[in-house]
Amino acid sequence: MSMINYASREINCKLVYYGPGLGGKTTNLEHVYNKVAPGSRGKMISLATETERTLFFDFLPVDLGTIRGFKVKFHLYTVPGQVYYNASRKLILKGVDGVVFVADSQIERMDANIEAMQNLYENMTQHGYDLTKIPFAIQYNKRDLPNAAPISELQAALNPGWPVTDPMKQRPLPDPHHDAEFLIAQEDGHWVERAPYFEAVALTGDGVFDTLKGISKNVVKTLG
Amino acid sequence: MSGASSWSFREEDAKRIQTILSGFLGESNARTALIVDRTGQMVATVGEAPAFDPTAFASLTAADFSANDQLARMLGESEFGALFHQGERESMYLADIARRVILVVLFDNRTTLGMVKLRVKTAVTQLTQVFTDMFNRDGTNAPGVESEFLGEAEDEIDKLFGA
Repeated sequence: MSMINYASREINCKLVYYGPGLGGKTTNLEHVYNKVAPGSRGKMISLATETERTLFFDFLPVDLGTIRGFKVKFHLYTVPGQVYYNASRKLILKGVDGVVFVADSQIERMDANIEAMQNLYENMTQHGYDLTKIPFAIQYNKRDLPNAAPISELQAALNPGWPVTDPMKQRPLPDPHHDAEFLIAQEDGHWVERAPYFEAVALTGDGVFDTLKGISKNVVKTLG
Repeated sequence: MSGASSWSFREEDAKRIQTILSGFLGESNARTALIVDRTGQMVATVGEAPAFDPTAFASLTAADFSANDQLARMLGESEFGALFHQGERESMYLADIARRVILVVLFDNRTTLGMVKLRVKTAVTQLTQVFTDMFNRDGTNAPGVESEFLGEAEDEIDKLFGA
């Protein structure tokens, strides 16, 4: 749950964009920055190297307005994707309310995606967080490239699902974003839950807001 | 479960903190005192209103403190309990409170680092007590948001990010 500040009547939610280097995390934030009304967003901060690779993080606050007397804000962060920046990557996850994993769809980047996903699970565990219990979404970026892997292959490698042990949750849950697909389903006699996924071309902005809407609605649900 | 960030901050907490920090600012002649949580959120500001963007300031403060925390561990220290950044005119002093929030003191040449360090000790002790009480009590009787909140928040998300 996010911090609720009853004194200033503010709720701040922290969303972190995670994923392999050059996957499009910063591009997601830049698109949001460019398209959201200037009055609804703050300054974007990028701690990057001279070659514009994220060194520590990018940060963009987005203001949802006042709802039922509370000012609601989303704080969007990216982490550095390159493997050797793990120390700073882990720090950014502190207090996270929702995670978007930005995968690079290019078939050549499959190993990098898998490595980054494993690293996400490890870092979350080290903070004592459970990725299967907090809002989590996967964005398959760069869908426009000719060497993009099929969604089914990406899903199998990066979003194979986790077992649903709570009997109350063991019922089919349709995926609101994809016809005839399910977020919770029975497979080979076992109930399995998957993270919602979105297809995107962050450079043109396709899918960027669908992803952000999906994750932010799930985060808001945790406040109730 | 999202762990460390699960806490709420109430009107009476704000008043206690305001009292402690106003006293500290008066004694030390520092300009502004801010409380930032370790996840990068601004919790409270007391004293002269800062001219900078407080949201950005809070995220950078938390990152700065966290990075230094890791550096401390590399040196075999469990933490650097305090940090000092010196500028030509403006300086800042940062101190850990209960391992969950950071006290940031902004001061200029109307006072000295020595005076700030001397006076901040009492404030840190008092704030540690306030925040420890706050974290211990939490989760049990937090008022929560109204039931209509969720639907209205979803509508706003659609409006802002495109339906």
